[in-house]
Parts: sequence; C-alpha cells; structure tokens
Amino acid sequence: MANEYLLKFNKAFENRVRLGVMSILMVNDSVEFVRLKELLQVTDGNLASHLSALEKEGYLAVIKQFINRKPQTSYAVTAPGKKAFNEHLNSLENLLKTRKK
Amino acid sequence: MNSTEDQLKSLAEMRDLMNRSSRFLSLSGLSGICAGVFALIGAAMAFKYLYFIDDDLYAGADVPIRFYTFFFVDAGSVLLLSLLAGWYFSNKRAKKAGVPFWDATALRMLTNLFIPLAAGGLFCLALLYHGDIWMIAPATLIFYGLALLNASKYTVNDIRYLGICQIILGLIACIFIAHGLIFWALGFGVMHIIYGTVLYYKYERGK
Repeated sequence: MANEYLLKFNKAFENRVRLGVMSILMVNDSVEFVRLKELLQVTDGNLASHLSALEKEGYLAVIKQFINRKPQTSYAVTAPGKKAFNEHLNSLENLLKTRKK
Repeated sequence: MNSTEDQLKSLAEMRDLMNRSSRFLSLSGLSGICAGVFALIGAAMAFKYLYFIDDDLYAGADVPIRFYTFFFVDAGSVLLLSLLAGWYFSNKRAKKAGVPFWDATALRMLTNLFIPLAAGGLFCLALLYHGDIWMIAPATLIFYGLALLNASKYTVNDIRYLGICQIILGLIACIFIAHGLIFWALGFGVMHIIYGTVLYYKYERGK
C-alpha cells in the first residue's frame, strides 16, 4: 500500500526549499547563508524561515562567526538530521518502487 | 507529495543541488585537449634535445648544466600554458552557463589537486638534486595521477579514471626507465587529449 509509505514521510521535509537545503548540507561540511540562497534561488526571508524550521527540529546546526569583523552565518547538518533525511529518502525510494509495479 | 513524476522531479533536483554545491563543474574538456597538445610539443622538443643533440648524456659524463636549464624552461612552459588554457576555457564555460567561475568549489578542487602535486614537484626536485633524472618522468606521472584521483571528488567524476590511468602509466614507466619520455608523452599528451575529447562530447557539445 502506498499510504503505508506515505506515513513514514517526514513532514519537516515536505517542501522544495527544505529538501534542497538538506541535499546541499549532506555533501558539504558547512555552507554559508549567502551560498545557500544563491544555489536555491530563493529570497532571504523564505530561506530563513525554512532554515529556522529545520533548526527547531534539531536537523541543523548554526555556526555564527565573524570574518573580517562581519558576521557570517553558516549551517551544517546534525547527526539526527542526517538520519532523518536518509530515512526520508528510503521511504521515497520504496514508494517509487511500489508505484512502478 | 503526489504523483510519481513529481517525486522523480524532486529527486533529480536534489541530485543536481548536491553536485552543484560540492563539485567544480565548469572544468572544460577543451582545456584538457590544449594541455595534451602543449605536452606533446614539449615532449617532442625534449626528445629532439635528448636524443639528437646531446650525446654527452650517453658519454657517461656528468649531466651538463644546460640540460637543467632546458628541462626547467621546457617543463615550466608546458605547465604554465596548460594552466592558462585551463583557466581560459573553464572560465568561458562558466560564463556561458551563467555560474561564477571562482567559488568555494573551485578553491576546494584546486587545493586538493595541488597538495599531492606540490609534494610530487618537490620530490622531483629532490630526484634532480641527487642526479636521478631518469626517475623524474615516472614520478611526475604517478604524483599527477594521485593528484587527479584526489581532486576527482570535487569535480567531474571522470577525472578519477584519468588519474588511475596516469598512475598505471607511471608505474610501468618505472620499469622501462629508458623510455620515460615516451610514457610521459602518452600520459600528459595523448591521455589528456583523449579525456578532453570525451569530456567535451559528454558535457559540453550542444549544451
């Protein structure tokens, strides 16, 4: 049943921007806010709200530091974030497999 | 979260983001072809110099100083021209695709390329210092192959196989030491041209 797999879908990832953020952070140690914005082609406000949602879930770690006296915010994925994203991908894969049959 | 097509589309988008954010994808096949051509010219000049002009090398005498000068100018110009071609064609490709040429991925790729490459360069200088000039050609091939293997994680994956080929050629060259220049021309010349052409047809032509 397709619905069974749907239940395992993580609500936190039900968005294009959030999936994009997680994809980028899975393959990079840490990524700056500006670079995320550039890669995803979204506005500051939009990106910030999705980032804080993911942060609240405990999937993202925020790294704030000063570079040449300018504040810079970078993001990295946490261990629970990695686990949740992998599980989400697995259920997506299973769903696609069952639909193919 | 509805149709299969939507899911597949979002998967494709995620894969694209993973690649674009972590790999330097502007690397142009044309720069590989150019580097190969420069290497072949450099090797031909070295061949002419070593085998037809300089009989002293075989007379058992000490290696003359002009050999070193020639070696540095020849190898140095090949390296410099290849880097310039690499910069020119990759920059052009990045502009065409509308992406920045110099960003975090470019820096990461170059850092990972140049660490083994610089170690190899210094190692070759040490060989030169001790007069083991016949091991230089195999050593450059092996270290260049290792450098490519290392950099391949941060750019198009095809470079990995080019690196492995260079390492194998270098190891064979270690045995057939008298033909070092031929292996060098094969590795830096012919292999670059083949790989450049493959990359160009795979990623650039008509895109």
